[in-house]
Amino acid sequence: MSELEIPEITIPVGPQHPALHEPENFTFKVDGEYVVDVEARIGYNHRGIEKAAESRSYIQNLYLFERVCGICSHAHTTAFTLNIEELLDTPKPPRAQYISMIVAELERIHSHTLWAGVAGHEIGFHSFFMYLWRDREVVMDLLEAVSGNRVHYAVNTIGGVRRDITPEVEKKLRKGMDILEERLKTYRTLALEEPTLIKRCEGVGVLKPEDARRLCAVGPTLRASGIKHDVRANDPYLAYDEIDWEVVSYDLCDVLSRILVRIDEALQSVYIIRQALDKLPDGPYKVRVPRNVPEGESVMRVEAQRGELIHYVRSNGTDRPDRYKIRSPTLGNIPAVCHILKGGYIADIPIVLASIDPCFSCTDRMAFVDVNTGKKWVWTGEQLRRYARKWRG
Amino acid sequence: MALEPELLKSLSSKPVTLVYPFERPEVPKGLRGELKWDPERCVGCGICVRDCPAFALEFVGEKEEAELIWHAERCIFCAQCAESCPRDAIELTQEFELSTTNYSTLTIRFARPKK
Repeated sequence: MSELEIPEITIPVGPQHPALHEPENFTFKVDGEYVVDVEARIGYNHRGIEKAAESRSYIQNLYLFERVCGICSHAHTTAFTLNIEELLDTPKPPRAQYISMIVAELERIHSHTLWAGVAGHEIGFHSFFMYLWRDREVVMDLLEAVSGNRVHYAVNTIGGVRRDITPEVEKKLRKGMDILEERLKTYRTLALEEPTLIKRCEGVGVLKPEDARRLCAVGPTLRASGIKHDVRANDPYLAYDEIDWEVVSYDLCDVLSRILVRIDEALQSVYIIRQALDKLPDGPYKVRVPRNVPEGESVMRVEAQRGELIHYVRSNGTDRPDRYKIRSPTLGNIPAVCHILKGGYIADIPIVLASIDPCFSCTDRMAFVDVNTGKKWVWTGEQLRRYARKWRG
Repeated sequence: MALEPELLKSLSSKPVTLVYPFERPEVPKGLRGELKWDPERCVGCGICVRDCPAFALEFVGEKEEAELIWHAERCIFCAQCAESCPRDAIELTQEFELSTTNYSTLTIRFARPKK
């Protein structure tokens, strides 16, 4: 620095749309064009879902947890239903496991193409964004054909799935997979060869493998740092252990690496869906289960598109959960993204933030913490309103 | 330049968007749209009301006399009511054009035919 000492400048980014269209606040301390320190402030999208779950029956909760996140809606219900089925000791029938897996992989393709499009948008490569989103419509239509809705599929239910895959839909799926495979391969070549993309993303937002491990990064962010960790392979659920597929990882550790991981994962999903359709077992796709769930506790890990998703449930023998807890993948990635941003350029903030595929509506679930006493508590909306009225006099 | 073939292809292709009210998308079978209630089948057990995650269903009256009120503005179109119904009295049709400028028309009361 010159003889003129300039103090560090603080720039708030957000809470309006720092990356994807969701509210979150990051405070950046900058020195010239460099980011010196980052402070993330989460909680702008807290909706009290865990508390709401306690006052709804398990059937109603299916649709509540689907709405934790619009993009990983199937991953959340998968974790929820697997948890409850564990407590009830009635696993999904084999056919249901395959159908659930097919929908999960379709959702992964949709999420990854959506994200890669957004990444293109963040770096100003709008043709990439438009082409990817056009081709994403193929998978959205397939999801609609399988489940009856484009976004909230409502396919999982406790004791199986709600819809069967008919031969007609199967034909559509196979046709769609051929189109998607061809398109995804084109985008992979594009990501590997297009100078616009490479020059902007190579060496930007580097997360070294040791840092990724230390900061507990999850999902594609972790795999883009060269670490092969995927819950689907390491702790298989549904029918992932009966399918031949591989965990994708790239060791460039930068934003380009994250784009490549996601495109390749979407390609792997295409292969998984094809195999699952070939192997689709016969039999029922749903079994009847009692409404009351016996007392117990269960934890389930699921590989959502953004990474490892953890659901915990404690039941008390009634038809409502006693406590429900969700740890969403974005929360696991926030320490990592704060680390990546440090030392980078201000201009790289949007793409680096977007590169972890943040989902803040998943992340925001917190209790009140009194910093002086360390006491923690959770309030319902009514209690909070009552407190506010009393406090205001 | 990997993008060039893509760009050239796009030059000669039509727009992918539909000119909506004039061109209609193909609605898949099993789309969860407008709710239909069959008073002949309904016995008024109220399981649909109990299971509705959005609190969008309501019964007026008792047992066989009961009439269903559907609050379409609250409905999340999950079709759990249709699945829970032991008599298959509820069905979600493929009708998806439910938007309106009048809020009050979204609360629909289905009437039982007079005997």
